[in-house]
Amino acid sequence: MHQLTIAEIIRGLRDRQFSSVEITSHLLERIQQLDGHYNSFITVTGEQALAQAAAADARLAAGDAPALCGVPIAHKDIFCTNGVRTSCGSKMLDNFVPPYDATVVDNFQQAGAVSLGKTNMDEFAMGSSNESSFYGAVKNPWDLARIPGGSSGGSAAAVAAQLVPGTTATDTGGSIRQPAAMTGTTGLKPTYGRVSRWGMIAFASSLDQGGPIARTAEDAALMLSVMASSDSKDSTCLDRPQQDYTASLNDSIAGLKIGVPREYFGEGLDGEVGARVQEALKQYEALGAELVEISLPHSKLAVPAYYVIAPAEASANLSRFDGVRYGYRCENPADLRDLYMRSRGEGFGEEVKRRILVGTYALSAGYYDAYYNKAQQIRRLIKQDFVDAFQKVDVIMGPTAPNPAFKLGEKNADPVAMYLEDIYTIATNLAGLPGMSLPCGFAHGLPVGLQIIGNYLDETRMLNAAHQFQQATNWHQQTAPAAE
Amino acid sequence: MEWEVVIGLEVHVQLATQSKIFSGASTAFGADPNTQACAIDLAMPGTLPVPNEEAFRYAVMFGLAMNAGIGKRSVFERKNYFYPDLPKGYQTTQLEKPIVGAGQIEIHLEDGSSKTVRLHHAHLEEDAGKSLHEDFHGMSGIDLNRAGTPLIEIVSEPDMRSAAEAVAYLKKIHSIVTYLGISDGDMSQGSLRCDANVSVRLKGEEALGTRAEIKNLNSFRFIEKAIKVEAQRQIDLIEDGGKVVQETRLYDADKNETRSMRSKEVANDYRYFPCPDLLPVVLSDEYIEQVRGDLPELPDAKCARFEKDYGLSAYDADQVTQERATADYFEQVAAESGEPKLAANWVMGELAALLNREEKSIADSPVSAVHLAGLIARIKDNTISSKIAKQVFEAMANGDGDADTVIEAKGLKQVSDTGAIEKLVDDVIAASGAQVDNYRNADPDKRPKMMGYFVGQIMKASKGQANPQMINKILKDKLDALL
Repeated sequence: MHQLTIAEIIRGLRDRQFSSVEITSHLLERIQQLDGHYNSFITVTGEQALAQAAAADARLAAGDAPALCGVPIAHKDIFCTNGVRTSCGSKMLDNFVPPYDATVVDNFQQAGAVSLGKTNMDEFAMGSSNESSFYGAVKNPWDLARIPGGSSGGSAAAVAAQLVPGTTATDTGGSIRQPAAMTGTTGLKPTYGRVSRWGMIAFASSLDQGGPIARTAEDAALMLSVMASSDSKDSTCLDRPQQDYTASLNDSIAGLKIGVPREYFGEGLDGEVGARVQEALKQYEALGAELVEISLPHSKLAVPAYYVIAPAEASANLSRFDGVRYGYRCENPADLRDLYMRSRGEGFGEEVKRRILVGTYALSAGYYDAYYNKAQQIRRLIKQDFVDAFQKVDVIMGPTAPNPAFKLGEKNADPVAMYLEDIYTIATNLAGLPGMSLPCGFAHGLPVGLQIIGNYLDETRMLNAAHQFQQATNWHQQTAPAAE
Repeated sequence: MEWEVVIGLEVHVQLATQSKIFSGASTAFGADPNTQACAIDLAMPGTLPVPNEEAFRYAVMFGLAMNAGIGKRSVFERKNYFYPDLPKGYQTTQLEKPIVGAGQIEIHLEDGSSKTVRLHHAHLEEDAGKSLHEDFHGMSGIDLNRAGTPLIEIVSEPDMRSAAEAVAYLKKIHSIVTYLGISDGDMSQGSLRCDANVSVRLKGEEALGTRAEIKNLNSFRFIEKAIKVEAQRQIDLIEDGGKVVQETRLYDADKNETRSMRSKEVANDYRYFPCPDLLPVVLSDEYIEQVRGDLPELPDAKCARFEKDYGLSAYDADQVTQERATADYFEQVAAESGEPKLAANWVMGELAALLNREEKSIADSPVSAVHLAGLIARIKDNTISSKIAKQVFEAMANGDGDADTVIEAKGLKQVSDTGAIEKLVDDVIAASGAQVDNYRNADPDKRPKMMGYFVGQIMKASKGQANPQMINKILKDKLDALL
């Protein structure tokens, strides 16, 4: 039952092949038996899940079933869940139980989905390996000695290990796509503003975007149809109602113009990864698409610009964690300064502190123009690169990450090497474009992700291209060995 | 050496919106601590600000009233600093692109002169909460009810040259915001607060002296005293060979002195940057014109109209229009009584004295505009004299009913009956043989003065109710007949 996709579960539930309580119990058991290997969950809400599943079964029986009625999912622990601890992977929020649901969480509840719990993540979504979590590193189901990618490593690993068919995740610089690539799953980061950020704990507000990780493009489309909504509680959320992202999945992609940026195939790209991506592009040609070489000339500037803008925003976003109103507070503070310094010093991990310091520095008097303003200028140039490219092509494709999953601890000593893992994903966040990653083969025995970048609000076409690829290939059906 | 004081003011005005600037929590004053703070105000993780459009409209109204440019694309920024009553660790405010640009207003001084004060800009921002340092046994309490209350910060150019000018400017701001109805302007509740930048220079010098900023002045009286004492401190300091340092100071009303605040708080680097959770506020010309069309009559326009339509002097018109509630009260009295000049005299005289004595605002006046108009009507139709009218007014203030009721109940109606007055005159003449002889023997040009005695006696006999004009005429005729 754990091998089923969301689309298959929906059919199975409606055809009474199994109940929501049955599949929910099955997956909860799997989590209990197997997640010790992966550490992909921070919190499992078994009782609540079974209650939701029973309610879903009642609705299914009554013929009153919304879109994802009875379908088990899990939320990245960055989404606030009413009454359920939401830690954001941090000691700072280890004791934090929100009195409200994120809009994303609410949307899935409205759609009848069953939440199994909260998935592990890099602390405050800062990381590319899921090693910065207060709750310990997540292991890649394809090789337990390797990282699953980050920051949505728990969400990706849980899907890859077949503990849950789909999870919510967030992507600030690649945190959905890069772990999807490294775990052989399908992940989608929507256009900035398409998914509400209300109740999603902020890392870098102008870049953060929620999206799904699942096994197939079709499942990602089913999840996005629920996730993406307008929301008056988020001023940056676009005023567009929910829509059916599965409607065009089966359209032909003959004549689709695929832009292939030459900057995404240069130095730093693993040879085998590059080869798999080229093969995927050939497959698209076979499906009738046309490859167009393009240039995104400012690509090289994306990582440095990102590592000014994201930490700058984070430095302010994380100021609220001060030990005063909720979250971690140090023991016996001597005075206000001591309360601040120790609560934050003890509550935050190393990577979070590093980024707060970098961001604070970048915004300081005398450095603001040289760093923050310059980075914003670069951001506009990067966006313009894409706007120009989309004059000529329908989608852009390339590798999601330069390397397959690396070993736990391998890049911990070198933050810059870690940051370069997001070299192909960061630009889409800076531009606000949608992007996704889908499995396209193996390099060194590990999954490789093909990245598709779409035009603004063109998730439908991106999903259509991904689904057509998955109709013609079976890379997405490969399962991680440890999950057998 | 003649010194010149240079003053610029930063005025914080709480806007009277129902809910906060970025959340739906109520802004009402005086609730129990932390009962009017929602998840957004507490900066709970994952919460986001939702702008209150009413606050934008109020700010635009203010800008238009100040003859200022309106920022058609204003941007909220984050001002970063740690303080326990600042839940997010930053204040959402405006810096580079405020909603109100440069403008100017006329202020009116007590000597009748006017002066233009330039507005540098005004911006929207959120208020912080309050730290409570008493009753917590060595700890501090935090009340976040006020956190997120919308403010406009109004920054003037350094155009004022005396404490009196600063007060006149502040009164004008107070007058404008209350006329617009965008703030209750209640300084005692902190709805209107002021920081004063004060420096001194020798008269005739162009360069500005080093300024000190006096924080959190919350009454007109304190502002005047604080500026005076700070300016004198600076003058004394310089004359003694010292130098003014740029710093923040607090005014101690008990000791009537300003004191330096810790300089650490001044040296903050606030690391402003545009708030990524909020879109720029874009205002169309149509919107701005619509707000302009809905503006109420403002104090200057009302003052001019009162001079023209009611024949008030410039001084009277200015006095009566400083507060919108007073102007409205006056207009009602003037309309109902048909006697605008008398109405103005009564509003500025007896009524103002009464309100002052009882420490009441005109909105809570014990004497309603209708009652005052009724009283004036009785003066006008000679039912009572002005002197008796004051007695009636006091009775009305005590809740004894309208003028007619009081006049009737106390029998204060003026005696204008010729026969009755003749009798009073005859009685007094008969009882005042010596004074009548003096009158008859006096020089003709001294006689008018001597009539005063008889008038006094007659008024006394009538308990003040006899018509004075009639007494004068009848008395003169009768005395002259004795010559």
